[in-house]
Amino acid sequence: MTLAFPFSAIVGQDTMKQALILTAIDPGLGGVLVFGDRGTGKSTAVRALAALLPPIEVVEGCPVNAARPEDCPDWAEVRANKIVKRPTPVVDLPLGVTEDRVTGALDIERALTQGEKSFEPGLLARANRGYLYIDEVNLLEDHIVDLLLDVAQSGVNAVEREGLSIRHAARFVLVGSGNPEEGELRPQLLDRFGLSVEVTSPTDIDERIEVIRRRDAFETDTDRFMTKWKRQDGKIRKAILAARDKLRATESSDAILKDCAALSLALGTDGLRGELTLLRAARALAAYEGAPAITRDHLSKVAPLALAHRLRRDPLDEAGSVTRVSRMVADVLG
Amino acid sequence: MTRPAAATRMERALAALAVDPGGLKGMVLRARMSPVRHAFETALKHMPDTPRRIHPGISDLQLFGGLNIAASLAEGRPVRDKGLSETPGLLVLTMAERTGADLAARLSQILDADTGHALVLLDEGATAEEAPPLSLQDRLAFHIEPEDEALRTQALRLPARADLDTARKSLARIAVPEDAMGLLVALAARFGIDSLRAPLLALRTARALAALDREKSVGEAALMEAVELVYPSRATHFPAEAEEPAMDPPPDTPPPPDDAADDGSGKGADKLPDEILVQAIAALLPPDLLDRLKVARAAQERAASSGAGSKRRGNRRGRPLPSRPGRPSQQARIDPVATLRTAAPWQRLRRTPQNAHRPVIIHPSDIRLRRFEDRSDRLLIFTVDASGSSAVARLAEAKGAVELMLAQAYARRDHVALIAFRGDGAELLLSPTRSLVQAKRQLSSLPGGGGTPLAAGLVAASNLAQHARGRGMSPTLVLLTDGRANIPLSGTPDRAEARQDSETIAAGLARQGVPGVLVDTANRPAESARSIAVRLGADYLALPRADAHRISASVTAALEP
Repeated sequence: MTLAFPFSAIVGQDTMKQALILTAIDPGLGGVLVFGDRGTGKSTAVRALAALLPPIEVVEGCPVNAARPEDCPDWAEVRANKIVKRPTPVVDLPLGVTEDRVTGALDIERALTQGEKSFEPGLLARANRGYLYIDEVNLLEDHIVDLLLDVAQSGVNAVEREGLSIRHAARFVLVGSGNPEEGELRPQLLDRFGLSVEVTSPTDIDERIEVIRRRDAFETDTDRFMTKWKRQDGKIRKAILAARDKLRATESSDAILKDCAALSLALGTDGLRGELTLLRAARALAAYEGAPAITRDHLSKVAPLALAHRLRRDPLDEAGSVTRVSRMVADVLG
Repeated sequence: MTRPAAATRMERALAALAVDPGGLKGMVLRARMSPVRHAFETALKHMPDTPRRIHPGISDLQLFGGLNIAASLAEGRPVRDKGLSETPGLLVLTMAERTGADLAARLSQILDADTGHALVLLDEGATAEEAPPLSLQDRLAFHIEPEDEALRTQALRLPARADLDTARKSLARIAVPEDAMGLLVALAARFGIDSLRAPLLALRTARALAALDREKSVGEAALMEAVELVYPSRATHFPAEAEEPAMDPPPDTPPPPDDAADDGSGKGADKLPDEILVQAIAALLPPDLLDRLKVARAAQERAASSGAGSKRRGNRRGRPLPSRPGRPSQQARIDPVATLRTAAPWQRLRRTPQNAHRPVIIHPSDIRLRRFEDRSDRLLIFTVDASGSSAVARLAEAKGAVELMLAQAYARRDHVALIAFRGDGAELLLSPTRSLVQAKRQLSSLPGGGGTPLAAGLVAASNLAQHARGRGMSPTLVLLTDGRANIPLSGTPDRAEARQDSETIAAGLARQGVPGVLVDTANRPAESARSIAVRLGADYLALPRADAHRISASVTAALEP
């Protein structure tokens, strides 16, 4: 395993970083969708975030990374009770992956050699309590997308095939990235992502030079570079952990709820998921900033993240949805 | 003996790759089978890492390793094969232009893992649209397209193994002057290179080249050479000074701030001659850059749509069919339950003292494979007559109809492609895609006027249909024209010949079995369009003074089974 680039050393791309941090604070937000050009550091950021998060405690040998021995599924036949620390899992979902590899399937090795019926866990099991990262999510085949949505929604992976009947927990943060020029996502899928971010390559020459400089330093003198950024990463980690603790205590007044509803109404988003995510994201942001309650400022900061991809879209409309949201936020919240 | 510049470029690129395979990630060689390619492959054999050849149909088993079924059965215990991704090395992908998005994603994953893998794409694309996926090309440092006839007899020479080893060892110690990065980024901006991978790769190339030349630090020469190797294939426009009538004004990034690039080292003489460098790269840019850009964009859309579930794979997905006996191969998946069921009755007979310890005895003949039935995606090829005779007013209506149909195609998850013909030829405006934004953009900027090269339009449609078939899509032709062809394939106006040409090609399309609809856009429906429709075997819709909604509704009705 090679070292991940330090999260704090990523130049610019503040909205992407913020969205990722928010999902780290509240994994229930429902994932992040990152749309942007090639070579803008999308995958770097996801991997960096996972490396920055504190390790999780898992039962040794448990295929679904369960925290307590009693949470281990029966089929896994985990006998050890030892708790070990593991880095937060980041599982890559390659395009063209088969359904079997995603959900898990009958263990052919054991079926054929020992004649036993046993379950071989798939990528969803490995991603439990971590991140599932799909690069080029817009090119993923439709039947896999449907399956992922279903699991991401329910947090449970149920396998009913080949004479197996298995369920296991599959709670993960879905992170998708892609290039919108190469194909679009179905609105149903868009809606399931909690937050969406559009990234572009930095246009500022100095910023670009800084990217090159840091990347080069990382590649040529990894140790020194890591030590240099370790403290910064530690600060973010602490802030995320603190925010997780504060999340419940962060208050949301009726006025804020009303604002959420008014914003969603004005933008004409489908369903109520928009409001809910907006509120949760604002709460996570408030907790991260150490504020006792959600303010309008928090709302307007996260509104483009939470709502831009939910606008009812005329498929022939070209106007950028982020600008539409920002305009509306200015209108509604004053 | 002076060697041609192209041969030297190839040699230097290969040498740099040999020094830093993990950092430079690889290269693209775009050439058909030829002496050049032969020389290149011979040189590859002398690379420090033995090249391993892979092909676009490679299975996950070979790439990532997995269970070797035949050996496992024979041994009675799981036997695992090692995958190519587990041992770093040089992968050589032949017929790279056939790489699908799924394989590209896997290879990208292997490259991104920084495990020292390098990838050489041997791209044999015949037309500009056939090219490896851009996501993969972007990751590889070099792109070489030898055209020089002088290369014919040249063998490519790599530095001696000992020199390469020394260079490898010294790689980490090569210093990079402070202003080099600024220069690289500024230059990338001048050529409209957005991806930040380009300057990074150029920097690593410069370092590898400096190491090869036994320098202590990256000098001017190495930097210049690196830029010449890495940038030309990525440039999206000529540098601003060239005064090219660019199709779309490039997103102009400010010209390189010379002072910023200069402040690192105080030496005035060290200031790299920016302009000279810009000219050096510009000289290497292909003269038809702007044309290529258009194609590259089209290719990108094509490559993208190919991944989104278009191929028919008999045993990977779709509606399940009963299992059949067969040999486990790369593409087929074993149905374990059916296999066990087949083996069950024979267990007692097969038991001998030698295999008594094995719980189940399975012979290869018991193996049952899964099968699935999959329906392929439909591709609507809109072929629009934008000629003067089709009249500008009708063109607007046609555009409107196409837009409506696009919206419907979006809802049905069909792929769409757009071909326009006018003047003296046809143009593929949009390669098969599901991206509606692209389609809409192309359509709204479609100009009208000129002759009616109907035959050329049909040829383009036919080529595209064939191409789409190859990728597993079912093409359907939607032709909007008045049928008054007046430009034959030869290009010189001749009404009779034009008519003959288009009818021949229409008949050819019918033989290919491409279903279609012809929408007659003439003010008065005439025999000419109808006869083309007959040859095409297509439905004919005459729509005098129809509006977009009516065209769209009729086409939809005609296409519904």
